Amino acid sequence: MIYQGKQKIWSEYQKEIPSDHWFYARSCIRQNFFPASEKYFLEICRDLMGKDIYETPHHTTCGGIAYHSDTIPQETAMTIVARQFALMTEAGYKNLVCSCITSFGNYTEILETWREFPELEAKIRELLWKSCKREFEKPEYVAHCSDLMYKFRNEIAEMAKFRLVDKETGDPLRVVEHIGCHYSKMFPHKGVGGAEYPCVLSGMAEAWGGQVIDYPERRHCCGFGFRQYLVKANRGYSLSNTRKKFESMEPFHPDLIITNCPGCPYFLDRWQYVISEMNGKTYGRNGYGIPVFTYEELAGLVLGYDPWDLGLQMHQVAVEPLLDKIGIAYDPAKKYLGLNEKEIMKPALPTVLKCC
Amino acid sequence: MDFGFGFSPSSAADLDKIDLSLYHRMEKVAPDIRTCMGCGSCSATCTGAPFSGMSLRKVILAIQRGKEREAREMLSGCMLCGKCTMVCPRGINTRNLIISLCRYWDSDKREYDFSREVEVKI
Repeated sequence: MIYQGKQKIWSEYQKEIPSDHWFYARSCIRQNFFPASEKYFLEICRDLMGKDIYETPHHTTCGGIAYHSDTIPQETAMTIVARQFALMTEAGYKNLVCSCITSFGNYTEILETWREFPELEAKIRELLWKSCKREFEKPEYVAHCSDLMYKFRNEIAEMAKFRLVDKETGDPLRVVEHIGCHYSKMFPHKGVGGAEYPCVLSGMAEAWGGQVIDYPERRHCCGFGFRQYLVKANRGYSLSNTRKKFESMEPFHPDLIITNCPGCPYFLDRWQYVISEMNGKTYGRNGYGIPVFTYEELAGLVLGYDPWDLGLQMHQVAVEPLLDKIGIAYDPAKKYLGLNEKEIMKPALPTVLKCC
Repeated sequence: MDFGFGFSPSSAADLDKIDLSLYHRMEKVAPDIRTCMGCGSCSATCTGAPFSGMSLRKVILAIQRGKEREAREMLSGCMLCGKCTMVCPRGINTRNLIISLCRYWDSDKREYDFSREVEVKI
């Protein structure tokens, strides 16, 4: 293909991301699963990049979990989101950045719905006023936190203390990137690279020295799927989805997985333990699993933050073999020490999956 | 360890283990089988599907995977109403395709040994 033609086509898959002044909306569940991810997103954006990211303690869930679990109607989710927009308006911001992929999908879906059905927007404005006497302006721009991290990927690479390469051989690490379904499968033009070539995570991995691997089930769901997991009788579907992905990526020998959704890293990480207990199968080298990271954790690692400050001890799959491979120093004795070196509980070891 | 749930059977097919001879035979009987892109519009519009389990998309998939019994069982639920022909985005005369497949199997008097079908799962 002619280079200019390729550039023209590719430009259709890009999105402009404002670089500063963001209203930040946290995820409901990420702080429980991966406690340092959001903290380090703020630290990287505010302290290292010098950006203005505002957050308020008054914001709530976006209602996405309840909406996708079919426990609340869309109008309720819309009113919750309208309140978030009202908080943003009151704080004087016009760009909204959210930590959760489902929130991103939810905000986008609601804004698109209001564009198609303005009468519904009017109804929600009325409901919001009746319920809490607030008014709002719609955000000019909605982004996911991984969009911002993608935008700053080259600056992070310049500041990086480590690269995603094997310190012994100098070969790039083999990275599996897994993008949350609600990022660009619903509204392709809202994601970097669209639904066909989403490059938000592969861009980061490559900028930081890794080599992204392609495998047959690359765009398959992680298996969370809300109702699939939340109803115990359906949980086998969730597990089977994850297993399908691992069976597909295993022949390519990935070193790590990078994700941008709250649910995906949790399920890709924890299900490795469940699969190993059920059928004795592990997918990493020498009985270990494949470590799964959020993009903030991976950014923190290459920037040289302490792995235990990044909360990597909360992962089910041991990260130590990978840290050794990259050459990142860590103190095993401090793995289960919390704030002010307070002992936090040490988990029991699995019977099959090897942990450090 | 019993977690109270287990793996669902995988629907993934190992293309290296599939017997494509049935598909190649059917290609000659009904060449339109190659035009199908598996969108499922035919199945979505099928009146009989909820009652008989008929799904032309699945019939073609079964043929591609060498599952003759499955394909024949599903085809027996077709009423030949032709609604699927009206919605096919590839312009396949699906009714004619179904008749061609049925005619071939009706004229094929040999006793088919279904035990030869290999379960192709990973």
